[in-house]
Amino acid sequence: MPEAKSAPLLRVAHLKVAYPIRSSLLQRQISANVAVSDVTFDINPGETVGLVGESGSGKSTVARAVIGLVKPDDGVIEFEGRNITGYSRKQFKSVRREMQMVFQDPYASLNPRLTVRDLIAEGWRVHRDIVPRDRWTAEAKKLMDRVGLNPDYSDRYPHQFSGGQRQRIGIARALALRPKVIICDEPVSALDVSVQAQVLNLLDDLQEELGLAYLFISHDLSVIEHLCDRVLVLHHGHVVEQGNAREIFERPRHEYTKALLAAVPVVRPWLDQADEGRHPTGEPAA
Amino acid sequence: MTATAPAPAPAVNATMRHARRARRGVTVRIVVPLVVIGLIVVGAIVVPLVYHYDPLHADLLARLKPPGTVTSDGGTAILGTDQIGSDLFAQIMAGARVSLLVGVATLVISGVVGLALGLLAGHFGGWLDAALMRIADVQLAFPSILLAILVASVLGQGVGNIIIVLSISNWVVFARVARSQVLGLKNREYVEAARALGAGNWHLMFRTLLPGCMAPVIVVATTQFAQVILTEASLSFLGVGVPLGTPSLGSTIYNGTQYLSTAWWISTLPGIVLVILMLAFGILGDALRDKFDPRLRSA
Repeated sequence: MPEAKSAPLLRVAHLKVAYPIRSSLLQRQISANVAVSDVTFDINPGETVGLVGESGSGKSTVARAVIGLVKPDDGVIEFEGRNITGYSRKQFKSVRREMQMVFQDPYASLNPRLTVRDLIAEGWRVHRDIVPRDRWTAEAKKLMDRVGLNPDYSDRYPHQFSGGQRQRIGIARALALRPKVIICDEPVSALDVSVQAQVLNLLDDLQEELGLAYLFISHDLSVIEHLCDRVLVLHHGHVVEQGNAREIFERPRHEYTKALLAAVPVVRPWLDQADEGRHPTGEPAA
Repeated sequence: MTATAPAPAPAVNATMRHARRARRGVTVRIVVPLVVIGLIVVGAIVVPLVYHYDPLHADLLARLKPPGTVTSDGGTAILGTDQIGSDLFAQIMAGARVSLLVGVATLVISGVVGLALGLLAGHFGGWLDAALMRIADVQLAFPSILLAILVASVLGQGVGNIIIVLSISNWVVFARVARSQVLGLKNREYVEAARALGAGNWHLMFRTLLPGCMAPVIVVATTQFAQVILTEASLSFLGVGVPLGTPSLGSTIYNGTQYLSTAWWISTLPGIVLVILMLAFGILGDALRDKFDPRLRSA
């Protein structure tokens, strides 16, 4: 995507996050489990950066550190040139409205006791100056419409929606604060394949419409390929390869990236002439 | 389009019907106990006034009369009279007044305090949690009746003091239940989502966590209600509860135990009222729990 070269919206440099291991008796820290270390990347306005890796590679930790849910142990996170690494929770509040998150599990990430309208309005309750209270219902309905939900359902509860619809609610909730970056933590991995495409297309449309930037986390390479401009490949908390998405997919350099790409299941391997070794019957491919 | 019976109804309809039936059940289970409790409340307010009930008035000629006896002044003692000859119906209703007042006030005070402290302990964790829970442990190590006797003997008798005493010995239960619920909820993704929206501690505790704590707390409250009324009765029996001139269901029951072989009604009838009251609160609490469950609600 041709973007004007300007200052990056989000800059992460040498990020390191470690989870302490505490002794059971005195809660003293006896060791630490380093989840990610030395992760560096930029996100420009309107750009999508993908984060790939297997389970436990630290993808979600990066996301949680960027949005301030875990404290980084080392490194710098800058948002629009401001160093937000050491921000207190109060200071972070102003950043949060620029940066939102869509969670992995649409069944767990929506409060079951709130209606869709209240779920979407929750951000306005926290940040009072975005939408005046008497406009909440109307604005929430507008957002529902925008993410492809029927606005008449605004009084329903999350359990009355399907997984894909719930994820749309989650996206509407993130959009409600009018952010510039949305962190998508495996937003479609819990969804049916057919619904995945719809949600991805929605994210794509919203990006075009609103000029959003995404930090897109996934273990599904086809999803990353479909959506991302640039890709970081994480392995055991380290970035093993990063660069232009197409380049990485066509010419992976690192062994781990090659292994990841080879692990993508192929629907009809016998049609894949390049890969004779995986022929199901052992016969040479035609 | 033929007029056959609806072919295999879609699953959606089945669940909708199920939800609707469950909701209707909930409504019945809320309305019936409320009516029962309402009748007892109205009776507790009105009956002693109508009967000009005076707990200190003794009429020895009319003592230990069975239910339905016509008294010397021409009235009928529907539920009989007690060991000092006062009308049992009026006494039960006056007693229900005290028991209800003590029960409800204690639940409200200990519930609010316990919930707040439990939320604080669960949400913030750390030393605050440790300190609050150790206090709770220490208190649980004493039998609550012993604690109540101790506090009551310091504060003295009286309905207000009984409420304070019982609140002190009851907040622990609420705090523990609330805390354990918070611990279960606080790592849910939706709590994290609220945090990501920028919600502060206040918002997280009272708008996100509290609603999730309510269901078990309400159930605990209904069982505690029975507990509180019984403890109040025991305290009155031991002489550190409500003062002599104030009848409560508990004190009437205990007074009657001495006459159980000759005048069964003195203990039995207030006992039945007590059981009905507790049952009504129990069912109400259970139904309210279901009503708070969003899965049984729909647009």
